[in-house]
Amino acid sequence: MIRLERLTKTYGALTAVDAVDMTVGAGEVCVLLGPSGCGKTTTMRMINRLVTPTSGKIFIDGKDTSSTDEVQLRRSIGYVIQQIGLFPNKTIEDNICVVPDLLGWDRAKSRKRAAELLDLVNLNPGIFLKRYPKQLSGGQQQRVGVIRALAADPPVLLMDEPFGAIDPINREVIQDEFMKLQASLKKTVVFVSHDIDEAVKMANRIAIFRDGKLVQCDTPDTILAHPLNAFVADFVGSDRALKRLRLMSVANVMQADCPTLKAGDSFERAAKLAEEHDLDGLPVVDDEGHPIGMLRFEIARGRNGHIAEHLESLPASVRTSSDVRTAVSLMFANAVTWLACVDESGKLKGYITQRAITNSLSLATGHGK
Amino acid sequence: MTGVAASENRWSWQPILLLLVFALGAYGQATGTVPSVLKHSADVLYLVRQQLRLVGASAAIAIVVGIGIGVVLTRPHFRRYADIVLPVVNLGATVPTLAKLAIAMAILGIGAPAAIFGLAVLTLLPIVSNTISGLRAVPEALIDAARGMGMTRNQILWQVELPNALFVILAGIRTALVINVGTAPLAFLIGAGGLGELIFTGIDLMEPTMLLAGAIPTALLAIVADFLVGQIQYWLVPRGVNPLR
Repeated sequence: MIRLERLTKTYGALTAVDAVDMTVGAGEVCVLLGPSGCGKTTTMRMINRLVTPTSGKIFIDGKDTSSTDEVQLRRSIGYVIQQIGLFPNKTIEDNICVVPDLLGWDRAKSRKRAAELLDLVNLNPGIFLKRYPKQLSGGQQQRVGVIRALAADPPVLLMDEPFGAIDPINREVIQDEFMKLQASLKKTVVFVSHDIDEAVKMANRIAIFRDGKLVQCDTPDTILAHPLNAFVADFVGSDRALKRLRLMSVANVMQADCPTLKAGDSFERAAKLAEEHDLDGLPVVDDEGHPIGMLRFEIARGRNGHIAEHLESLPASVRTSSDVRTAVSLMFANAVTWLACVDESGKLKGYITQRAITNSLSLATGHGK
Repeated sequence: MTGVAASENRWSWQPILLLLVFALGAYGQATGTVPSVLKHSADVLYLVRQQLRLVGASAAIAIVVGIGIGVVLTRPHFRRYADIVLPVVNLGATVPTLAKLAIAMAILGIGAPAAIFGLAVLTLLPIVSNTISGLRAVPEALIDAARGMGMTRNQILWQVELPNALFVILAGIRTALVINVGTAPLAFLIGAGGLGELIFTGIDLMEPTMLLAGAIPTALLAIVADFLVGQIQYWLVPRGVNPLR
């Protein structure tokens, strides 16, 4: 979809971007990551020719961008910046419709689209269409900034640290909203960031830059598991194993064929299951499959009768849709080595153990994305 | 909120002002000043019209030229000249008004053209400097966003820069216009007529009523001009960037 070929930008003696070769597949989010001054923003700005390359080529859908009129090119590429850049003299509606208006779209059509787009980011069109940017909070403004870039439905989106100036709580929310949008819209996104956590969260691929050179371009999991050199390893942080946990979902790591006990089961059955599965305890479920507690084997060993009398409450359970980081956090918080995994309706689906997590971390390539 | 408070404030002292004006009028009537000033009403009407032509023409020239210079001096290619041109225009403003009119007369001769030229030069500075500072105050990020979305230079100027600088530009025009109207009576001294005729003749003849017949309309014109531009500022500047609304 987007291909950079030996892309270079020099300012006098300074080489800002040095012969970068890179491909971003259609529908992919590629995060350009690196310390400030590493050339990531310049690289992005060359894609819509806000910066003219010194040498090298950029192809979008196989077409050399230098052969396109730069104004037309920019109108076909969505653009979101950290400072948001909503025009304070225009209403939210007119801000969203800037590019459709430049392209000469029918006014009624573009205004209708503005309302639909506001709905997509959970802003009530009835309230916000006629407001001015100064009447919105920073988070609301950047939501408008994002949908403004989507208004003319461009296939490519350039985002320059779009959520960098938003407070951490709102940033998470907007990132999640954007991920949801992206899942349905499948834009090709080039996203500049200096935040490794954001990159891991958003990216299909991460491109790490240093001094104008592209150091490594890979999936987040590969970058975290196999950083190419000390610089990348240092940049992604010494807790990179923990960051990978976020990329794995509980459903992929858990043991799905979970042995279950019912309140009426005997201790013999419990002892047999414990032996088979090498666990120190087992979840106990009711008839609908909802966990009602757990049985710790060391308590149960050698007893007779029904296990109902020796039930302990489950310390915690984790949703199968959560990421593994959440599961690990719950394990540490409750000082246990395994957790029951439940689905949205609360039914027991399996269990996840520390050992299973360590095993999947050591696999060459990870799960998830 | 401040807008509301300010207007409430204005309303509270308005009746007092009205009362004062009425008292002054009554006093003037009693002493016979008002009837003798009104004696000049036919002259006043003619001279007001003449003065309005001077003010209108010179202000129009100053606005067009001033905004033009301001826009040109904020374009990327000419940006570096702004710091050369502004001091020159500033220097022009320090030349006394009368001297300026005299120089204009020396070049353009006696009459309206010289006066219009002199007044326009005089009015230029606040417009140029406010246009430049208004345009410079438009955040770089707005222009970057506009370029990145595919606006041409002209579209950026008309849709982004000028609307966002408009309030400051109009403030410059407001100041300029008040200076212009207040200075216009001096045009009489280089043979361009206007209310200066009554004022200066009144001084020469030691006839205060004639002087007042020129001075009061001059003051009223300045107030009306200020009010009108204030209204334009209020209604023309987009709501999102208008501190008054």
